[in-house]
Amino acid sequence: MLKTKNGIKLTLPAALLLLAGCASTDEFVFNGIDPWVKPYERSNLADPIMSMNRNPIARAYAKHVFESREGARGADGGAGGGCGCN
Amino acid sequence: MQLIRHNIRRMVPIAVVLWVSVCGIAHTAVLPQDRSDIMFHSYSGDGVSIDGPSILLRKKVGNHVSLSANYYVDTVSGASIDVRATASPYTEERKETTLGGDFLHDKTLLSASYTNSSENDFEANSAFISVSQDFFGDLTNMSLSYAKGWDEVGRRGDESFSEDADRQKYGFGLTQVLTKNMILGFSAEHISDQGYLNNPYRSVRFVDANAPKGFSYATEVYPNTRSSNAISLNANYYLQHRAAVYADVRWYTDTWGIDATNGKLGYIHTVGDDWVIDAFVRYYSQQKADFYQDLFSRREEFNFMARDKEMSTYTNLTAGVSVAYEWQFSAQSLIKKSSVSVEYDYMRFDYDDFRDATALAPVGEEPLFGFSANVLRIYASIWY
Repeated sequence: MLKTKNGIKLTLPAALLLLAGCASTDEFVFNGIDPWVKPYERSNLADPIMSMNRNPIARAYAKHVFESREGARGADGGAGGGCGCN
Repeated sequence: MQLIRHNIRRMVPIAVVLWVSVCGIAHTAVLPQDRSDIMFHSYSGDGVSIDGPSILLRKKVGNHVSLSANYYVDTVSGASIDVRATASPYTEERKETTLGGDFLHDKTLLSASYTNSSENDFEANSAFISVSQDFFGDLTNMSLSYAKGWDEVGRRGDESFSEDADRQKYGFGLTQVLTKNMILGFSAEHISDQGYLNNPYRSVRFVDANAPKGFSYATEVYPNTRSSNAISLNANYYLQHRAAVYADVRWYTDTWGIDATNGKLGYIHTVGDDWVIDAFVRYYSQQKADFYQDLFSRREEFNFMARDKEMSTYTNLTAGVSVAYEWQFSAQSLIKKSSVSVEYDYMRFDYDDFRDATALAPVGEEPLFGFSANVLRIYASIWY
């Protein structure tokens, strides 16, 4: 549960939707920053070998194997990609 | 005899939640590519064999929506150390189905999915939602996710046994492009469980002077709540000859007293335009739960008692290699690309305080347990 300055309480799903709504416009506060890696410099990042999830069916199974035999869980999604260049 | 299924029972609810995370979270605000995969998987270790197929279908609908479906089967047979100690081998099947959708609006990707996992004495359902957003000229991507799971736990041979467990997961992810060759990622997840969390087939052992072997077994008793927190960092670095190195590290802790750390280092090498070779090593280390013991001094010694070896102190070393061959077709073809992949992992588990109770030795002096496992994945993929 999140609480705004005005005392409005938000559930997490509501917060997710709010984030989506706020961030969907070009007026977002961070958009004024000039990217230091230009779009035309992202070919290496767009290579499939740079994606942690380039084979989702195999990766999900590997996670399944580890989860079933280890006590730890979560945060192993492995963020990857990020250049917005499919 | 069903004790071996603890592997499935304990992990399925979490795996269900995490599976939808894997399928549902895209780390950039683009729709996933249209593709289909069919895989045969096999695990063999500690006297247990688990294999079966998995099929994944994904297709865009228009420019803003992508739908996916996954069907997965585990066929389990054999007898792990737990089964060999207290019961007989068995065979069973688990089927899992996931339906998901992604919706792209500008730089925001909304994802949702629903998963059902079913076996003869266990039913798990999970719903998942996430949103991810690009910032800073698409150099940064942030995602938030939430999943809720509902489990129904049964016990073979006891129709009156029925228990429930609820699970919730909160996730946060951040991906950052550092240079034109490097990406960093950060993930954090909180998972909370409530309800019947232990395995009805699992047992603790305790000293019993009247028993032939000097010890007897009793059903485990777990707390009915569990909360865990995990954070991880990962990095991918592109090398100039179309290769890449990648690494990740994770830290984990929970209210049962389990602390764990794992790290992974891998290298991807390409040969020509068609071959992709991937090799990695991964090391996992865990400290036991507060209420875990290999041998208790008496029945009902404590309120909570566990002898699940996955809750003990141990390490796991995994080394894996994969080879993929890709075919590229013209952009006008119905099928744009296809590939065949073979992946093999070798796993080695060494337990520090879990003993082989089947060994002939004085009580509490049996050799420490350890085992190796072989994991195989063979799959074909097409992009269209």
